[in-house]
Amino acid sequence: MNCGREVAAGLEKRMGLLEIKDLSLELDGNRILDHLSLDLWEGHVHAIVGTNGAGKSTLAYTIMGLSDYRGFEGEMSFLGESLKSKAVDQRARMGMTLGWQEPARFEGLSVDKFVKIGARDKSDENTVDVLRRAGLSPARYLGRAVDKTLSGGERKKVELASILAMKPRLVMLDEPDSGIDVESLSRIRDAIGVLKEAGSTILLITHSMEVLSWAEHAFLMCCGSIRDKGSVEKISEYFRGRCIPCDHRNQPELDGSFNGDGDR
Amino acid sequence: MATATDSLELIRSAGIHAAAKDPDTAHLVIGLNKVISSRLVPGLEVEPEENEEGVNIHIRVADGARIAKPVHMCFGLLQEAGIQRIGIDLTVEDDAKIGIVAHCIFPSAEQQPGGEPPVKHLMDATIRIGAGSEYTYFERHIHSSKGGVLVAPKARVELADHARFKTDFELVEGRVGKIDIDYETVCGPYSVMEMTAKISARADDVVKIRETGLLSGEHSRGVLTSRVAVRDQARADVYNKLTATAAYARGHVDCQEIIAGGGIANAVPIVEVSHPKAHITHEATLGSVDNKQLETLMARGLDEDAASDLIISGLLA
Repeated sequence: MNCGREVAAGLEKRMGLLEIKDLSLELDGNRILDHLSLDLWEGHVHAIVGTNGAGKSTLAYTIMGLSDYRGFEGEMSFLGESLKSKAVDQRARMGMTLGWQEPARFEGLSVDKFVKIGARDKSDENTVDVLRRAGLSPARYLGRAVDKTLSGGERKKVELASILAMKPRLVMLDEPDSGIDVESLSRIRDAIGVLKEAGSTILLITHSMEVLSWAEHAFLMCCGSIRDKGSVEKISEYFRGRCIPCDHRNQPELDGSFNGDGDR
Repeated sequence: MATATDSLELIRSAGIHAAAKDPDTAHLVIGLNKVISSRLVPGLEVEPEENEEGVNIHIRVADGARIAKPVHMCFGLLQEAGIQRIGIDLTVEDDAKIGIVAHCIFPSAEQQPGGEPPVKHLMDATIRIGAGSEYTYFERHIHSSKGGVLVAPKARVELADHARFKTDFELVEGRVGKIDIDYETVCGPYSVMEMTAKISARADDVVKIRETGLLSGEHSRGVLTSRVAVRDQARADVYNKLTATAAYARGHVDCQEIIAGGGIANAVPIVEVSHPKAHITHEATLGSVDNKQLETLMARGLDEDAASDLIISGLLA
């Protein structure tokens, strides 16, 4: 069985929006990212797929520069500029943002104000528009607080609306379907289409086949590394057939053959 | 000596021009130790007694009276130094309803290093809320940005059966100076009490909150809520105590304090239950601004200080 790196034919870098070379990160003595390299195509929808513990979310947090994820080794650059010394807000102002798997709650902060924080167009009309696109009724949600009175799925949609308003160059969405009901999934997919049309590059973090199918290009992640990349169909088939049933998910030490070349 | 100009200035600072002109809205404006403007509405009796250091006010809401529009009160001291003692004796008779919106305005005080606050606002209230009656009280403080104010409100509140009492204290504009809140409430059967304090402290401000509630009536309910932001070298001590001694009494104590810089926060939530069918819960959160909240806002482009301020202002909203 080949669990190793397959160089995808036809997947060539067009423009260096985000370039990651040999990225490694240890947290509490555990190596979570391991010599990972990755390039994204500007204006395309990408997905990183992997089982729990593969390091997908950690990669997104490291790219965004969150406080616990800054001690990385290797190189990361965005639009040709090194991210090494950039704080989260500086990275955001360079044009990237992150949608959390479970968005934070904010007592006393209204949906209206939250959506407008990073918005390029802070008009009420635009706020109403992005809320609708995210599947939320403006009349019902504008005045509400982004607090515990909203469900996780509702906060997820509010966060998506704020990202739509921000129109960033790079959007990383961590498990965008998490907490979202089936009916709303198509809204989320449509919103991602809107972002793409506006020129955003999208990186979806997922283990859902549904979300993976929204992407144009896919990366397979295991044990903190990109193990393969290529078409969504190919990565999807491999993930479903090999990774999901795999007994040694993210534990290569259990299987000496897991070295990127051999079957297991 | 308080003047008509003071009255206009206090009304302007409180933003209650419309209410002060409305013949259907009651109001009372007190500058230093003088009543400088007032209006009553049917069902509401107000008898102020001026003295050297302030005003004692007897308020009665007549049996069955439903005061439709909030009564506006304005207490203030426009001078740079002085003391204002307000005594309130309020009786809301049975099946009555009243809401009071109070603005406390001290814009000119300035704290001198090592000295006592030059402006003191001391309030002592005794409040009785009759059976089936409802009393809401919202108090907003507007202070100078230079500290120098001591605010010490003290209240004893008794709720008869099926009475409702809700009070909100807010001091989020200007410097606190020193504040010492002492509220005590006793709840009769089926009564409901909510007490909330929201305070933003900075520099060397000192905040003391002592709120106690006794749920002594069956099916009585009470919530004590405090939200305090402590920045720079400010200090906050919050002491909340809720006691339930009757069957089916329900209560909750909720204290959140955010610290930034060298601020110190101290919270003592005490819950005491002496009846097997009573139930009280409490939660207290003290600490810096939540990292996930902070980084969510920073990921939208706000710098750390702006994100922190937004989170704190939301907490105190």
